[in-house]
Amino acid sequence: MTTLLQKPLDSDEPVVGLHPILYMEDVTVSFDGFRALNNLNLYIDEGELRCIIGPNGAGKTTLMDVITGKTRPDRGTVFFGQTTDLLSLDEPAIAHAGICRKFQKPSVFEQLSVFENLELAMHTDKRVWPTLFARLKGTERAAIDAVAETIGLQNCRTLRAGTLSHGQKQWLEIGMLLMQKPRVLLVDEPVAGMTHQETERTAELLQSLAGQHSVIVVEHDMAFVRSIARKVTVLHEGSVLMEGTMDDVQNDPRVIQVYLGA
Amino acid sequence: MSFPALPLDKPVLYRVMALLAALLLIPLGNLLLPESSALHFSTYTVSLLGKYLTFALLALALDLVWGYCGILSLGHGVFFALGGYAMGMYLMRQIGERGVYGNPLLPDFMVFLNWQTLPWYWLGFDHFAYALLMIVLAPAVLAFVFGWLAFRSRVTGVYLSIITQALAYALMLAFFRNEMGFGGNNGLTDFKDILGYNLQQDATRDVLFAVTALSVALAYLAARAVVRSKLGRVVLAVRDAESRVRFLGYRVEMFKLWIFVFSAILAGIAGALYVPQVGIINPSEFSPLNSLEIVIWVAVGGRGTLYGALLGAILVNYGKTVFTAVLPEVWLFALGTIFIVVTLFLPDGLVGFWQRHRREHA
Ligand SMILES: Nc1ncnc2c1ncn2[C@@H]1O[C@H](COP(=O)(O)OP(=O)(O)O)[C@@H](O)[C@H]1O
Ligand SMILES: [Mg+2]
Repeated sequence: MTTLLQKPLDSDEPVVGLHPILYMEDVTVSFDGFRALNNLNLYIDEGELRCIIGPNGAGKTTLMDVITGKTRPDRGTVFFGQTTDLLSLDEPAIAHAGICRKFQKPSVFEQLSVFENLELAMHTDKRVWPTLFARLKGTERAAIDAVAETIGLQNCRTLRAGTLSHGQKQWLEIGMLLMQKPRVLLVDEPVAGMTHQETERTAELLQSLAGQHSVIVVEHDMAFVRSIARKVTVLHEGSVLMEGTMDDVQNDPRVIQVYLGA
Repeated sequence: MSFPALPLDKPVLYRVMALLAALLLIPLGNLLLPESSALHFSTYTVSLLGKYLTFALLALALDLVWGYCGILSLGHGVFFALGGYAMGMYLMRQIGERGVYGNPLLPDFMVFLNWQTLPWYWLGFDHFAYALLMIVLAPAVLAFVFGWLAFRSRVTGVYLSIITQALAYALMLAFFRNEMGFGGNNGLTDFKDILGYNLQQDATRDVLFAVTALSVALAYLAARAVVRSKLGRVVLAVRDAESRVRFLGYRVEMFKLWIFVFSAILAGIAGALYVPQVGIINPSEFSPLNSLEIVIWVAVGGRGTLYGALLGAILVNYGKTVFTAVLPEVWLFALGTIFIVVTLFLPDGLVGFWQRHRREHA
């Protein structure tokens, strides 16, 4: 399986033919009659890196809200793997099943240190009493240090998260997702407000994660999407307008009309 | 299972023990030194200080939920009062035949109401152990039920504060009613003794003070262990970014519920220690105003530090004692002023002010 998953990153072809890990069929969400998602169908494969683009208000964040249990759709089915019906689970249960999310607005615990932020995210027994009596094991400490290294914050472990730069907070939040041992990572606008260098590092980071995890990235920054995307889904008015490679998407007249050409 | 270890650092333990030892000199001075001595504390002073300590414990309880978990409870006086009533019921049963009506079974107020039998919820209160159980259980059960409903339906912020205040108001009205069987607006009083020891005796007062001081010390250490545990960090995270915690896979409502119930138990114990030292418990303890005062103690001391809450409760109540002796009608205005000054100029309370001062001059 690993050989298949580790396709060279410069390949233009999308990774196909693996087991789908996330299914969304016929999903509709309306707010006071306004349809934020409209008969949406989306399939994500295991190990895939998928970019979702679309104009403001297209429903990208709402899509993530539905997958993570924050918003209940009016209609439709959302499955994780073959058997897990996500619509029957609440947020903590979905997180526990392995679907983890980075918010559009960086959201870390500012009063806690970088290390403690990662510690809280760690995949472990998260019920109340076990949490009260939890002591860090050596292996857990090593796992936290390893993730701190991956996100380039190994020298900031004792700093309060509130003192980090905007980019570092974004990485910390990605690090927190990694601590959760996720199978699917949902990343909402990771490079908004980042410097050019930070954006490049984030692209590398996300690419290195695909393969071991399925990664869904919502982003506005076209250069960034081009640099990481293999398969792109264009969302428009709550439904999928088209799917394909970045080149297909950029040459599609409908997409040009609603989004890129604007 | 081995005994689960919670973090507890030695230096703090020693400091608490030293402070406790110093506090214990107060009842010892009352008991052993002649009244002429400068270190003799009058029994009145011992009981007054003992009362402050029970308020300190109550403030500590509020700081756990407000300072650490961001739940601004404006009804914590309810748990204090419930613990107090549980203790008061035991003390009433201790009176026995020595009441005005000399009824061996019924407290005076029930005789006055022409009741023939003891209501079922008074059964068992003649046993001290049962009373102790109720001191913990009554606030815990109420906090559990209230918290379960409120936190599961994700009521937060101002709305939650308002319903805690409503809870206090409703219970106050209920306890004012004679038919409730808790003594109506007179409450429970005229206590004679506790565990067979006369409550009017100096030695009894001194022991009550010592038990209170010990309880505050133990509660402080326990609360500190909790806030420094991983659960403490989760609770802090809930305060600062609740939905993030939920998406990390924690059941936020269960963590809130745990800390809320733990806090209610501490408040109940504080109430139970308060009643024998002041000699009365009545429905005014449920008054919403009382619960607001607790918030002010914690705000003055500095929330989210635990010892700030202890300090704030003692200082404000000392101020109240002094003030009400001189200008009783002005006290509420003074309290309001203190609150405004602290909110505007000392958002982190005295402890926060002191810490900033030390950092800047370090
Ligand atoms: N809680 C809500 N209540 C009402 N309207 C909402 C809510 N959340 C999103 N919307 C609307 O749904 C549409 C899609 O929003 P969103 O998913 O945030 O778009 P995107 O992330 O693609 O910019 C927008 O028009 C937005 O105003
Ligand atoms: Mg969005």
